[in-house]
Amino acid sequence: MSAVCLRTEQLRKHYGGLRAVDGVDLEVRQGERRAIIGPNGAGKTTLFHLLSGEVPATAGRILLFGQDITHLPSYRRTALGIGRTYQVTNLFPRLTVLENALLAAFGLRREKYDPFRAAWQHRQALEDARRLLEEFGLWEKRDWPIGSLSYGEQRQLEIVLALAGRPRLLLLDEPTAGLSPAETQVVTRLVAGLDPQITVLLIEHDMDVAFQVAQRVTVLHFGRVLAEGTVDEVRGNPEVQAIYLGVGEL
Amino acid sequence: MGLRWLGWAVVAAVALALPQVLPLYFTHLVLLTMIYGLSAMSLDLLAGYTGLTSFGHAAYFGAAAYTVGILTTQHRVPPALAFPAGVAAAAALAAVYGLLATRAVGVYFLIITLALGMGTWGLAYRWSSVTGGDNGLPGIPPLELGLPWSTSDPKHLYYLILVIFCLAAFLLYRLVRSPFGLSLRGIRESEGRMRMLGYNTWLHRYVAFVVAGTFAGLAGSLYAFYNRFVSPPDLHIAASAEAVLMVILGGAGTLFGPLVGAGIVVFLRNLVSAYTHRWMLILGVVFVLTVMYAPQGVAGGARALWARWRGRAVTPPVAGPGKEPVAER
Repeated sequence: MSAVCLRTEQLRKHYGGLRAVDGVDLEVRQGERRAIIGPNGAGKTTLFHLLSGEVPATAGRILLFGQDITHLPSYRRTALGIGRTYQVTNLFPRLTVLENALLAAFGLRREKYDPFRAAWQHRQALEDARRLLEEFGLWEKRDWPIGSLSYGEQRQLEIVLALAGRPRLLLLDEPTAGLSPAETQVVTRLVAGLDPQITVLLIEHDMDVAFQVAQRVTVLHFGRVLAEGTVDEVRGNPEVQAIYLGVGEL
Repeated sequence: MGLRWLGWAVVAAVALALPQVLPLYFTHLVLLTMIYGLSAMSLDLLAGYTGLTSFGHAAYFGAAAYTVGILTTQHRVPPALAFPAGVAAAAALAAVYGLLATRAVGVYFLIITLALGMGTWGLAYRWSSVTGGDNGLPGIPPLELGLPWSTSDPKHLYYLILVIFCLAAFLLYRLVRSPFGLSLRGIRESEGRMRMLGYNTWLHRYVAFVVAGTFAGLAGSLYAFYNRFVSPPDLHIAASAEAVLMVILGGAGTLFGPLVGAGIVVFLRNLVSAYTHRWMLILGVVFVLTVMYAPQGVAGGARALWARWRGRAVTPPVAGPGKEPVAER
């Protein structure tokens, strides 16, 4: 069996009395595609913030390939192989598509400190940016400002930025939110076609997408793991059905 | 491309011919424009590129100028040593102040830099035994660097300052196009995303702060030797505000915009004040008109006009409405 990529132990995030993430134990193996689902306010995005280091944990531990990263700042976690996208598009709006991709390509390179040579003269970073933009069909629009891209293209650029650092663990926060059905299909295929070595954690509201991409599903509810299993197991779980059909609501 | 080189050639020719053609007084105003322009360009590195508006930038300019003044008038240090010492003093001050200021961003950053700038002014004003207090430090010698020609000739001094200015502008030009410069613009747009891409964003902001202070110090050293006199108004809050004004007038986030802004302020102050004491009123009107009709500043506005004249849209058509991200479905 493949190595454990990510493990959390009793991970918690409390905001005063609100327990956004309330003792989550996760174990995700390398190369696994895991969907995180759950109703609004279940703590899915907060869990991602904890994993990426953008929000400090109240308690618990996070292990990436066995290394404790609980207290590392987010840029150190990126260097260790975590990449993420955001639920609300988080790009560099006044820069061009290529500049966005270049920033991502420089992120883990020492050349990011170079104050003298022009950015586009750094062949390797430029090559990385070009390869990813071509793969996502954005190279033709490299000189466009972000605001001129369609929303679907912006969502794809989100994934480009996250992939530029060659992550071992990719956190995708609702990559298809707000997309048209056709665009959703494009992004779903992209995610399904990612390098199988990359471990993917995916927050998704669209059950069809989640079930297409992921082998296993974790259901969060009020900050806790309500159920975890294969797609079919979770589908058949009466508690999960109750939450999503609104029967067992508090 | 050919047009761009032609443009640079024209600028170079004009810059070289200026002191031969113009009356001495106008050469003097052009020199002041270069000196204040360099300071404003360094501030733009923070305000325009990194998104950190400093309201205490005169502190580094003034620290360099005072260092030159104190070393040359009280310790008889030769100009060739005092000049780099002034720059080093500004860099050191920025390195210390930066540790305090870069802990914050946005309006808090602005307030901290304002307070630090006021404190530095207070030091210059009150520490009379060293700084001469209200009287300032007169009698700074001319910038004799041991060159084969004398810089007491104003034309020679003009060329010396022009060369130093061009070197500094070249370094800043390279910096804003480099990966480091790109990272500063990224931090301005979304610091959180930058951290997630692997950047230690605090380090980048701090380095930008120290670099900006160092270049302001270079301008301050030049100023001390050119003006031959330093006094508290040189690092007063009003001087800091004026630097911000130059950046906004010329165009924040464009390298040479602040130079244009500096030119507008210097020429307005000196030419209009010959006719009326209320030159500040004129400057205010210019400022309001700029903000209303060319919010990207003179350079930003000119760039947009140029693009329109060339017949190509500045930006491709913007995506239609109704494509706002949906928070949760």
